[in-house]
Amino acid sequence: MTAPANPGAAARPAPPWALLAELTHACPLHCPYCSNPLELARRSAELSTDEWTDVLRQAGDLGVVHTHLSGGEPLLRPDLERIVAAAEAAGIYTQLVTSGTGLDEARLAALTAAGLRSVQLSVQHADPRAGDRIAGRPSSFAAKERAAALVRRAGLPLGLNVVLHRDNLDAVDALIDLGVAWGADRVELANTQFYGWGLLNRAALLPTRDQLARARETVERRREQLAGRIDLVWVVPDYFDGVAKPCMGGWGAVSLTVAPDGTVLPCPAAASLPDLHPPTVRERPLAWIWEHSAAFNRFRGTDWMTGPCGGCPRREEDFGGCRCQAFALTGDAARTDPACALSPDHHLVREPADAGRPEPPPYVYRRPGAVPAPAAGPAPSVVATDG
Amino acid sequence: MTARSADQWCPALAPALMLRHDAVRGTDLLVLPERVVVLKGHAGMVVGLCDGTRTVPGIVGELAERFPGAPVADSVPGFLDSMRQEGWLT
Repeated sequence: MTAPANPGAAARPAPPWALLAELTHACPLHCPYCSNPLELARRSAELSTDEWTDVLRQAGDLGVVHTHLSGGEPLLRPDLERIVAAAEAAGIYTQLVTSGTGLDEARLAALTAAGLRSVQLSVQHADPRAGDRIAGRPSSFAAKERAAALVRRAGLPLGLNVVLHRDNLDAVDALIDLGVAWGADRVELANTQFYGWGLLNRAALLPTRDQLARARETVERRREQLAGRIDLVWVVPDYFDGVAKPCMGGWGAVSLTVAPDGTVLPCPAAASLPDLHPPTVRERPLAWIWEHSAAFNRFRGTDWMTGPCGGCPRREEDFGGCRCQAFALTGDAARTDPACALSPDHHLVREPADAGRPEPPPYVYRRPGAVPAPAAGPAPSVVATDG
Repeated sequence: MTARSADQWCPALAPALMLRHDAVRGTDLLVLPERVVVLKGHAGMVVGLCDGTRTVPGIVGELAERFPGAPVADSVPGFLDSMRQEGWLT
């Protein structure tokens, strides 16, 4: 083995700030843009209470100060209270990321008593029927409304997160009104990221440039109007802006994801990279995984960069964009993210973004078994079927 | 706000926030639902005094005793006010 070209790259990485805990992939909702991998972890493979307790203790020792307890739907874990308590004992601030289904007053009281600090509630649309259709579950909107009221009554900070796409971008104004009416402190308006389920449903979810322009204007106007009352966050639509997003703040730089079965990933989508061989907490300590595993060092820093990223002045700002998107669209995770206008592959996002789609296809709802297991081989495991 | 109410304000950490020492990084932190603020120098100690029982002059007086000669009367009220404007102190 040769010495690294840049000795700085071998230096001990700064500790992670945040851990995304995917406690389960089971979920009552079936959103077609779900950030979970296409191959959902089985419930029988999930980490036990003791294993999560140990992961959170190790995470606190490593420097993690913030955890999103997510899923799937984390409320489906009957031991969620004990997991919250384990995070609290490790000094880690907890935020529950939930669909709201299954939250009642007693459960929230137990979670708060265990140390839960804040709640982020997913919302699909401001209109109940449209919301239920996108989520693929009747009455899910009503459950969210009840959950928001419970969270406010408990005095916890409430954030709404909305994944934006063709079927709800025209409702951004109404979604912000909903945030105000439900007493949210923060509304995150996140344009769909197209990998995994989102890429599979790309032709149904991609908006038009006009829709995006109108929504962007609305957000700017409402942000001024609501300044100091509610925090409006706009996550950019990278297919349309010609600028790659600084995915995860850099590979293995800020946060890590622990999947339901204990697999540790630099980002929740990285399970899609076939040759990553991600480590698991069942075999290795978390500190070793963060500092020494090949998976976490693979795209750390800038030495791995190829193509236009290599000499780019923006490489310390966007870190080459998203590795999972580069792989999903080009088959090579080390290429420049095609979202960047400087990428030789930029047409791979530009063409679908500009294609007219008068009649989008129906959603492929996120359910176990909805997609056949990917065939072995170097080709991208998901190929979007744009009309 | 008037000088009188400023004197009566007893700053307290906003309910959603966690003030903690980070032994790994050797610093004090303010942890919020979606972000982490690194409190440099003695800022963590100042925020630690904001327990809803001390007035601003009380906090300044306590710090002046602990750090004789430090310009606490000039810097601390402005710092606390900026923390309130961020919504981190109430």
